[in-house]
Amino acid sequence: MAQVAIQATGLNKWFGEGEARTHAVRDVSFEAYFGEMLYIVGPSGSGKTTLLSIISGILRPNSGNVKIEGTDVWNLPKDELADFRLHKIGFVFQDYHLFSRLTTAENVAIPLILRKVGWEEAMREAVGDLAVVGLKERAALAPVKLSGGEQQRVAIARAIVSRPDILILDEPTASLDGDTGRAIVSFVRKEVLTDRRCILIVTHDPRILDMANRILRMEDGRIAGAEKVAGREA
Amino acid sequence: MPEGCIEVAAVMSGLLRIAYKLLVNDRAKFAALLVGITFAVFLMIEMTSLFSGILNRSSATVINIGADMWVMDPAVQTVANVIPLPDYILDEVRSIPGVKYAVPLYSGGALVKLHDGTYQSVSIIGLDDTSLFGRPALLAGDIRDIFAENAFLAVKDSEFRKLENPTLGTDFQINDHRGVFVGIAHVATSGLFGVPTLYTTYNRALQYLPNSRFTVSYVLVEPKTPSDIASIQRQVASMGYLALTKDEFIQRISNFYKYQTGIGTNILLMTVISFIVGLSISGQTFYTFILENLEKFGALKAIGAKSRELVLMILFQATFVALTGYGLGIGLCALMIWLAKLNIPDYAAIITFANLALALAMVVVIAAVSSYIGVRKVLTIEPFDIFRG
Repeated sequence: MAQVAIQATGLNKWFGEGEARTHAVRDVSFEAYFGEMLYIVGPSGSGKTTLLSIISGILRPNSGNVKIEGTDVWNLPKDELADFRLHKIGFVFQDYHLFSRLTTAENVAIPLILRKVGWEEAMREAVGDLAVVGLKERAALAPVKLSGGEQQRVAIARAIVSRPDILILDEPTASLDGDTGRAIVSFVRKEVLTDRRCILIVTHDPRILDMANRILRMEDGRIAGAEKVAGREA
Repeated sequence: MPEGCIEVAAVMSGLLRIAYKLLVNDRAKFAALLVGITFAVFLMIEMTSLFSGILNRSSATVINIGADMWVMDPAVQTVANVIPLPDYILDEVRSIPGVKYAVPLYSGGALVKLHDGTYQSVSIIGLDDTSLFGRPALLAGDIRDIFAENAFLAVKDSEFRKLENPTLGTDFQINDHRGVFVGIAHVATSGLFGVPTLYTTYNRALQYLPNSRFTVSYVLVEPKTPSDIASIQRQVASMGYLALTKDEFIQRISNFYKYQTGIGTNILLMTVISFIVGLSISGQTFYTFILENLEKFGALKAIGAKSRELVLMILFQATFVALTGYGLGIGLCALMIWLAKLNIPDYAAIITFANLALALAMVVVIAAVSSYIGVRKVLTIEPFDIFRG
């Protein structure tokens, strides 16, 4: 049986107080495993992004806990939590959030620079990971000179450059056309997913659901169902 | 260096390099920031340098004569505002214990009739006949010739040309007396009022120029030791007069121009306006710069950057812009003053260390305020906002 990468237990998160209170996540518990690509799907407002933020150590839940490789994330002091994210979690944001004034390689190298890796070595590794995503030749270009799909791949390179165990992709196909979106997720599945890595994808794009190992469906902040994808059991 | 320090230095240098590239690669904003700060620094230093130049020139006689102590009427505010002292004051001062020697000085104005028939106002300094204390350095001529008949020294400064660029032996009329230039002198500072300065002996000044009953403009005092200064000042005060050290007299003159003429207030206002202009331009531009990168800073926080690392990046950017603009501003101001002095000999502007320090302090405030706005924004951005879009 695959090793547990993420263990979420009894997560609750609400915003506001009194009548204005909105319950975004209600009593959510689940496990994600290494070697698995787990999708969290659901309509807008179902709590996917809030759940993703709680799991990744960005948004503190009102109750419940998240363990990543056995570490209780929300028991870590603030600075240690930032370090934990830096070392264990890679992020691919919906809008990529690449610095337009830096080159592609410099964007990719940022997590390494934050991890105290020297500039030259960070650049070398960044170019190496750009080669993994097929963009080595674009290393010296600014991200704005790249297509949407290429920018997405740069964001993936930035997410994996520090070899995180957990990779989180927020709506990876939202800004891409159908073919490019599928190609990106397919690429992630083939090249980025390993036995020592767990990938969590938040999406509501039905065109890529077949590439998941498991799918958690969310409705009104709750997990309404979980299903394994035929032929892709981890 | 301890290993921990090396690690911190490594991450800092990488982060600062990122911060530097984010700043300078945004060429339009970088240029706007630099122009704002450079312009502000230029104006601040130009204003304060003009004021320093005016103050320096207003104390020209005090600086050029170089006496350690000056005895004067208590109502004297500037060196040109002479209130003659009775002759006995000189003897009384000489009799004060602690006075090594004391000599009279004449300071006044006159009209000189030049060869072309025009009159030119001049400032006359009459030096003690015995000691010639406070005599200027000569560029041409022999100082002993000052005892010759009708002898005067002309100071070769920016006003020299107003005497028709005289040479040794050139004569002129002063108060219906013949005068002859026997020396061309050099002094440290030109006067404020744009008139040439002539030196002669104290007695000749009294002979050639109309006088009131009292004739001594100032008594110049050399104390035996610096510790005698306080007792000399007390004794002179008991006589009803005022004894100031050279620095105190310069400060008194400065205070007069600063607080009693309106010049200080006007220059201060201009300097403050320059500061506000610089603060507005750079503060607004830096704020826009931070706003444009705010989501990226939020993404960095999500990735694992600590708030203090982001604050450091912003402070570095603000400091880099401020110091670069400061250097450019100083350079521009120095260039402008140099060009102005080439074309306007009377242009009074001096860049002093105090001016530079004041401008630096104001630039630091501009950088601090600009970065504070940015830091506040970056500290309040939540990584969760990045996920929410």
